[in-house]
Amino acid sequence: MALKGNLRDFTTTQLFNLIHLAKKTGTLTVTGGQTAHIIFRSGKLVYAETSVQHGRLTQILLSAGKLTSDQSRLIDEKLKGRTDKQLGHRLIQAKLVTQNDIIQSIRQHMLDIVYKLFTWVEGSFQFDNSLQSAETKIMIPIDLEVVIMEGSRRLQESELLMEELPNLEASLRFVDRPDARLRNINLTVEEWRIISYVNPKNTIKKIAEANKLSDFQVRRTVYGMLQAGIVELIPPVGGANGEKPKENIPTQRRIQPPKQSTQERRGVVNRLIDRIRKL
Amino acid sequence: MVITGPFSAGKTSFIGSVSEIDVVRTERRITNAAERVKETTTVAMDFGRITVDDDLVLYLFGTPGQRRFDFMWEILSEGMLGFVVLVDSTKPETFREAKRILETFQSYASTPFVVAANKQDHEDAWSPDDLRIILRLDPAVKILPCVSLQKDSVKNVLLELLYSILEHLDKEEA
Ligand SMILES: Nc1nc2c(ncn2[C@@H]2O[C@H](COP(=O)(O)OP(=O)(O)OP(=O)(O)O)[C@@H](O)[C@H]2O)c(=O)[nH]1
Ligand SMILES: [Mg+2]
Repeated sequence: MALKGNLRDFTTTQLFNLIHLAKKTGTLTVTGGQTAHIIFRSGKLVYAETSVQHGRLTQILLSAGKLTSDQSRLIDEKLKGRTDKQLGHRLIQAKLVTQNDIIQSIRQHMLDIVYKLFTWVEGSFQFDNSLQSAETKIMIPIDLEVVIMEGSRRLQESELLMEELPNLEASLRFVDRPDARLRNINLTVEEWRIISYVNPKNTIKKIAEANKLSDFQVRRTVYGMLQAGIVELIPPVGGANGEKPKENIPTQRRIQPPKQSTQERRGVVNRLIDRIRKL
Repeated sequence: MVITGPFSAGKTSFIGSVSEIDVVRTERRITNAAERVKETTTVAMDFGRITVDDDLVLYLFGTPGQRRFDFMWEILSEGMLGFVVLVDSTKPETFREAKRILETFQSYASTPFVVAANKQDHEDAWSPDDLRIILRLDPAVKILPCVSLQKDSVKNVLLELLYSILEHLDKEEA
């Protein structure tokens, strides 16, 4: 199934959230100023490169300060044509770097790229189910929940936040989902403070006041937690999804249940079902 | 029943596929260049009919697709049996709007509804499962594949909505 669109209409956060929840495997290509290829396996981030920050292991280790530029040039010359996996083994054998150096450097490289992606406001994207060059690359699985939290944290777009979270009179509750794992998530101090106040009785506004957070700060933090699927919104009484209750709608204009017994209504619905089946 | 959804989602086609009368169209030619992806758009509401017998008629109302007709949703939502939110699965730029429409309707009434992922015959269509996530639909909400131009597909959506209405009645009683 096609998964195509533009970041104008979908934020990176939403896309990652989709990939995470649907546990998707495949390659996401985003073309904005540069082109980014991000690979996912079962909903986890496993590989990232862009046209500027390409994913060659020697380059990554060089940027991470694990190799000198002389070393990396020499290795590239001598071991030309080797895959990153082969290269990695050789470097560890030669005791130039440790396995942990490699893992940490690649992790950092991937995170750098995806966090930048969160700030792209424009760019066409396409997700396809193929795993490009999966055999040769070193893939390090990273939990998207963590990435989404941090990405949203860096997303300084108050405009979007306003749209996503218009009304601070809404309150929060923990998501009752078996795979919502609070334990594995690194929360900021701000997030921990908010977590300790999550309760249907506390509006977001109240939580912000109690923690001396600005509207923007609380929106940003709550948005990240919503996107990571840790908490969910409870709309304020009288309005949906944080819209201000519409005072100008007189109550009698609200929907009136037809004055029929449930039995009668059920009869009507069953007749409709019979009729439509015969269409 | 009310058939709602963003601009060009396929509401008029949906009603047209099952109505026994020609849809009473209230379309106007589109003058705004940005929206001229097609010739006409619904400006008031579409209206279709399915007669059961002498004392029971099902009316299908299609909402106008453009934002400036917001006020009508409120009027339409009174006394409705249930509603269908049609989403053009090929146009990601309209998903946010679909979500907004869904929330607007829900805020007026706790009426049963289903979401129809329309234009599934199109190769660029997002799958119902992906749409569920993007629209952040509750697991209890049905999202159905749909091709508005095909009668059987529209029938299926209407039947699923009616089944949801029955379940809703059961719950009310309990
Ligand atoms: N491929 C495909 N095209 C469809 C389908 N449903 C509708 N269309 C086409 O989509 C376009 C819009 O359909 P309409 O029925 O006019 O949509 P609408 O929701 O009534 O539009 P507005 O009233 O302007 O908001 C038309 O060109 C239809 O032929 C479908 O299931 N598949
Ligand atoms: Mg129409």
